[in-house]
Amino acid sequence: MRRFFLIVARELRIAFRQGGDASLAVGFFVLAAVLFPLGVGPEPNLLARIAGGVVFVTALLATMLSLERLFQADYEDGSLDLYALSPLPLEAVVLAKCGANWLLAGAPLLIAAPLLGILLHMDAHGLPTLIAAMLLATPTLSLVGAIGAALTIGARRGGVLLSLLVLPLYVPVLIFAVGAVDATLQDLSARPHLLALSGLLAAALPLAPFAAAGALRQALE
Amino acid sequence: MHRFANPARFLRLSAAVLPWSALAAAALIAAGLYFALFASPPDYQQGESVRIMYIHVPAAWMALFVYTVIAAASGVALVWKHPLAHVAAKAASPIGACFTFLALATGSLWGKPMWGTWWVWDARLTSVLILFFLYLGHMALMNAFEDSSRGERAAAVLALVGFVNVPIIHWSVNWWNTLHQPASIMRLGGPTIAPSMLLPLFLMALGFTAYFVALLILRMRAELVARKVRIARMARVHAPAEMLRPAPGGAA
Repeated sequence: MRRFFLIVARELRIAFRQGGDASLAVGFFVLAAVLFPLGVGPEPNLLARIAGGVVFVTALLATMLSLERLFQADYEDGSLDLYALSPLPLEAVVLAKCGANWLLAGAPLLIAAPLLGILLHMDAHGLPTLIAAMLLATPTLSLVGAIGAALTIGARRGGVLLSLLVLPLYVPVLIFAVGAVDATLQDLSARPHLLALSGLLAAALPLAPFAAAGALRQALE
Repeated sequence: MHRFANPARFLRLSAAVLPWSALAAAALIAAGLYFALFASPPDYQQGESVRIMYIHVPAAWMALFVYTVIAAASGVALVWKHPLAHVAAKAASPIGACFTFLALATGSLWGKPMWGTWWVWDARLTSVLILFFLYLGHMALMNAFEDSSRGERAAAVLALVGFVNVPIIHWSVNWWNTLHQPASIMRLGGPTIAPSMLLPLFLMALGFTAYFVALLILRMRAELVARKVRIARMARVHAPAEMLRPAPGGAA
């Protein structure tokens, strides 16, 4: 357990010292969402209608961008080999890296999301659901994305490839997250959608580290 | 299973199976098309456009079946390191993508007169579209590395992860009650489709399966031959260089 937190702490330290790629994710998130009023026009009704979808689609893309370098840097400087040799199982290493990625890239999105909701004229009573859905969705995105990041280590054009691999797997998260927000805005219960999101997270939490660790072992072979 | 791990034995065996499966595919698809286009009645609601179904449904079945084959081959490749399993997964992936595309395209052609739209964001259609992207990702990942065996292993992991989509597609029409009609053949209580329509459908499904087997064998053989050519070329490139090079002092 101590080793687990050491890895998380190491990731955070590196990110804070370098002002890492992860913190750029929230910048991308805000910027991409702001493009929508400019693209589809500033009409409040239209924006309020699409706000939930815009927030989650851009959150998805921002998470994916932050994942591109999740294992690549460690692979290049050799720390990944050391992780593989350490007594901590590789699955736990993946989980630690996902946790750090979520703290660095996912949690800031959580803070920015309600601001974007207000910016896009979303009804105020949808905001708590938006935050709850983001809270359940972003860890799943980090975990599933870690599989893609592990698979594309050392690939040519890794970034584009990562999006091709990961975005189809993100679709269920997107559907239920947007469903939750839309249900609240139409005064329906968001509970089934949030439960489905929790289910996805509960499935991804144990399974994704196994798949990602398997992919990492293939890369190190 | 490792009896067929020897590529030479596989080449011999597959050479024997290939003409038969190709013949079976041709005969079954020809018979299926005859029954589908001439010897089956038009639907009382859909009219003649029901005949699109005889391509659409088998193609959709094959899309799922081929992905299942890829996932199984990937599992075998990762667990037992069977040398032909990666070759099979690599050979099957474009075929599956084509079947998926065929299912989407014919479904869209059928949807225009029946539903009045080319495309709806229905659970079945969306999940099949995701399957199509999974095939594309599988193919892209396979070719994304300098070291082709690394690409094969990565693609195998992806194929296993993407397999979660297959049951979702299969049951999507029951879980989400949207526009796509529910299953009428593989359901509890027997099929709800007229026997005159069931016959061409099964002929086409068997024909498509035989066609897939023939194509898979052909592509696997081509891949094995391509590897042989690559090795032979490497040997030719390297052999004279070794001989021509003046004895190096300390070349590493």
